[in-house]
Order: sequence, then C-alpha cells, then structure tokens
Amino acid sequence: MIEGLAALYIFMLAGFTGFEIISKVPVILHTPLMSGSNFVHGIVLVGAMIALGIAENPTQQAIGFIAVLLAAGNAVGGYVVTERMLEMFKASDKKGAAGEKK
Amino acid sequence: MGILIQATYFLAAALFILGLKQMSSPVTARRGIHWAGVGMVLATLVTFLAPELSENPQAVTNYILIIIAIAIGGGYAWVTGKKVAMTDMPQMIAMYNGMGGGAAATIAAVELLKAQGEVAAGAEPASLLGAFGLETLNAAPTSISEAMGTDITILAILGAIIGTIAFSGSIIAWAKLDGRLNTSKLLPQQQLINLVLALVMIGFGVAVFFTGDLMPIVVFFALALILGVFITVPVGGADMPVIISLFNALTGLAVGFEGYVLGNAAMIIAGTVVGSAGTLLTHLMAKAMNRSVSNVFFSGFGTTQVASAGAVEGGGSMKEIQGQDVGIMMAYASQVVIIPGYGMAVAQAQHKVWELTQLLIEKGVKVKFAIHPVAGRMPGHMNVLLAEAGVPYDLIYDMEDINADFQNTTVTLVIGANDVVNPAAKNDPSSPLFGMPILNAEQSDNVIVIKRGRGTGFSGVENPLFLLDNTRMLFGDGQKAVNELIQAVKEL
Repeated sequence: MIEGLAALYIFMLAGFTGFEIISKVPVILHTPLMSGSNFVHGIVLVGAMIALGIAENPTQQAIGFIAVLLAAGNAVGGYVVTERMLEMFKASDKKGAAGEKK
Repeated sequence: MGILIQATYFLAAALFILGLKQMSSPVTARRGIHWAGVGMVLATLVTFLAPELSENPQAVTNYILIIIAIAIGGGYAWVTGKKVAMTDMPQMIAMYNGMGGGAAATIAAVELLKAQGEVAAGAEPASLLGAFGLETLNAAPTSISEAMGTDITILAILGAIIGTIAFSGSIIAWAKLDGRLNTSKLLPQQQLINLVLALVMIGFGVAVFFTGDLMPIVVFFALALILGVFITVPVGGADMPVIISLFNALTGLAVGFEGYVLGNAAMIIAGTVVGSAGTLLTHLMAKAMNRSVSNVFFSGFGTTQVASAGAVEGGGSMKEIQGQDVGIMMAYASQVVIIPGYGMAVAQAQHKVWELTQLLIEKGVKVKFAIHPVAGRMPGHMNVLLAEAGVPYDLIYDMEDINADFQNTTVTLVIGANDVVNPAAKNDPSSPLFGMPILNAEQSDNVIVIKRGRGTGFSGVENPLFLLDNTRMLFGDGQKAVNELIQAVKEL
C-alpha cells in the first residue's frame, strides 16, 4: 500500500512538519504540547486493533489484546490529561475579567 | 470500503497536524486538542470496518476482544486522567506514553510471531512436496525477513526495540517521579553493562531477522525490556523532564515504524510528526539545562556530586527567619519576585501564592513570577500550575526576561525551587550543575527561601545560595508558610 520510496518521502515530510510545529511554541505551552503529542501517537490504537484483528491463535490474540489495552490507555489518557491542562489555559486567557472579580 | 478507510485516515492525519499546530498557541490550544480528538475517534471507528479484521476466521472473537480491551484500557486511563492532580501530571504523561510504546512493541511482536508461524508451517509442506519431486511455485519462507520482506522486518525490529525501551523506561520514570522508586544505583559499571546488553540485544535482533525460530524473538524482547529499565534507573531526578520528552519522541518514532509495517499512513505520519517534534523539544530542554541528551543518559547524574557537596560546606550557615517578618518585608518592598519550583507543586501552594500576590499588589508592590525553563518536573510545569491558580500571564516572566531585573528587586521569594537558583552553576566548576543557566536570585536585596527541610534538592546538589548573607530560610510546608505570609500581610 505504502511502500519503499513513497514511505521514505512521508517520513521526511512528516519529520519536517514536526520540527516546524514545535519550533514556534512558547515555553508556557511545552508541557501541554508534550502531552498533546503524547496523545497523537495514541494513533497506535489503530495499529493495535489491526494487530489483534489479524491474530489467528490464542498467543497472538493475547499479545494483540495487550496491544489494544495499552494503546487505548495511551489515547484516552493522553486526551483527558491534555484537555484538563488546556482548559485552565483557556480560563486564564480571560484573566482580565476573572482577576477583577476576585 | 478501502477508499472510505484510507480517506478517513488521511483526514485523521490532517486533523492531528492541524491540532498540534493549534496547540502551539494559547488562544487556539484547546480547539487543537479537540480537533486531534475528533481525528482519533474517526480513525478508531473506521478501523472496525477494515477487511483484515472482518475477513479473519476469528473475526467475532477478535472484535469482542478489541472492544473489551478498549473498554478496560480506555476506562482505566479515563478515570486516572480525570483524577490525577495537576502536580502529578508529569508522571501520568510518562505512564500514558509508556503504554503507547508498549503498544507499538506488541504490534511488532504480533507481526514477528505471525511471520515466525509462517516459517514454521512452511517448513513441513515444502519437504513433503520435495519428496514428490515437485517444485513449489512460491518457495516457503525460510526466515522471518523472507516472510515479511526485508524493509518491513527491519522497521518492525527497530520499532520493537524503541517501543519496548520507551515502555519499560517510561514505567521507571513514572515510578521515580511518583516516589515509588528512589534509587539511582543499580549495578556497578552500569554504562558498560548497558552497552554489552544493547549489543547482545541487537545481536538477537539480527538473529530474529535471519532465522524463523521463536526463541530469538522472546529473548530479544526480554533484553529490550531490561535495557529500558537499566537506562532509566541511573538518570537523576533533575533530568527527568528530558527523559520523559525523549521517550515521548521515541514512542512516536516506534509508532511511525510500526505504521510502515502495517501499511498504515495515519500511523506513519502521526508517529513521525511526534517523533521529530519530540526530539526537538527534548533538545530544547536539554539545552536549557546545559546538558546534552547523551550526557543525560550516560553520565549518571547522581554519581559525581558527592565530592563537591563537601566542598561547599563551611562557607557559612543557614539563617532562619519567621513568616511574620517575611510578610512585613514583602509588604514594604518595591518589587517582589517569586520563583516557584517543584516544592510549590508538592505543597499545592499555588492558590495561596496567588492570594498572597493579590494582597501585595493591592499594597502597591510590584510582583513578578520568574520561571526557569526546567522548573518543576517538565518545561512549562509551573506555568500550568500558576494558570490553574488564576495567575495572569503578564506577571509571569521567562528566565531571559527577568534575570537582569533581580538587581532592582527588594525581595525574591523562592518556593520549593533549588537547583534553578543555585549559584554554583555559575561559579563552581566542580558542581555537577556547572554551566546550567540559572535565575540570578542572589542579586536581589533579600532572598527568602521556603523549604521543607535542610536537605538538598531533588538532584542532591548542595546550594550555596542558602548560606549567603542576604538569604533567610523559612522552613516548613510551602502552603503553611505562604499562609503565614498572607496572615502577616493582612494584619498590617
């Protein structure tokens, strides 16, 4: 499907994309961004589902099951944690109003 | 069906990149994670339709297993992610990241085992056909690389190594940050052992490539697991942010490699983007600490400073002060700079600190927060906590912006920070921190250090700042101490 040179091009372009994205991030967003990128590689869930889906015997199913379990943890946990962090950032954006109320 | 799946993966990859892009600005950050979330849900749902899954004779069992696994893994992460305190965020990220690395490694394991099964099964019919003097159209594979293809096998094995190390390493990082593992010493000559172990592991990786046996696969994964532990245990606490970030990048890379193995473009793109973004972030962090990434891994932070710690002593003694006096001092100051560190996070003192700040501002004191790039356990950790407490951005300054301003500062309040204000980093070449840029707290008229005890900080390095003439120590829990200050300021 995606083989050889085509994949090499994808690797290269995706690599540059990653550099571009992060090189413009203010320090204050580093932790949420690390968490966010942690969520994005939760896409491994898709691969884990395929790995379990193509399993043909109990051993492969057991390992595939672990793969899906771990990947789901990565994806869901990464999302929840990032969401919670960024929620606070949103609140402090409106700090002018919020600060005066206190 | 194939088109629908591919188009959805394409959309998901685009959403991930756009999402990450938006996460790089505070204004759009929240929308960014939502976009990425939508991409993830779409990609997951459409994968249920994949023909590889539905055409498998085991399809029904596997579908049920997939749903159960998602429910358990996702449910666990949902509950822990919602519950975890902001201060414990770094180790939680390490944990989720480890799970991702583990998933990438197990995908490789399934693929390698399938290929190994083909080799084992192929051996018999081939000899049977040979007995009849017939030639098979496709010769049965005699090794895993023949069964899977050279490029796929190489990337599967590389992804397995990286993913497994990120998995066991992240678990150790989590345990260390969570206070469940306090040792930094494992074996004598750890670096040498790690090197040998790595070489043996690579040897078994090569064996996996060229043979079709089960044994090398098992040993290979076991060695990679151990290596991840061995690499991470000696890394000191101060270097933890770098390690977590590095493992995050490594997991991304492993996911990208396994994406190639599975021919899944969404995994390749998302994994590689994270891999390169994470590598750059790791580099930025290490640079902020004046340590190279290899230095972090191979120098064993906990081993050198024992000698230098003794050298600092005898230069003076710590002078204690009471909260009452500090409150008065701050209320009549022209400018107060607050330097928060991990201690503030542990004591959950950020809300009290903001309360104190508001009181001081009412009294006409200029208050600024100074954030060292690696304060806390991760870059930006302190910003998250202060944001949680409601501290507005414009009071928060990066190291470069505030360092010149310490000369004009009446009182610098250090709350639970230690290494980031250690002047030994500037003037003591024997200190393990030497060369790390620090906040120039010692240049202000008065330095107040709130600290739980007299011990050294997380990195175990003595801090001469505490012994200076213009430094006073306020011992106690961060939250209680700040409470005392609030009372003192209120009573004025």
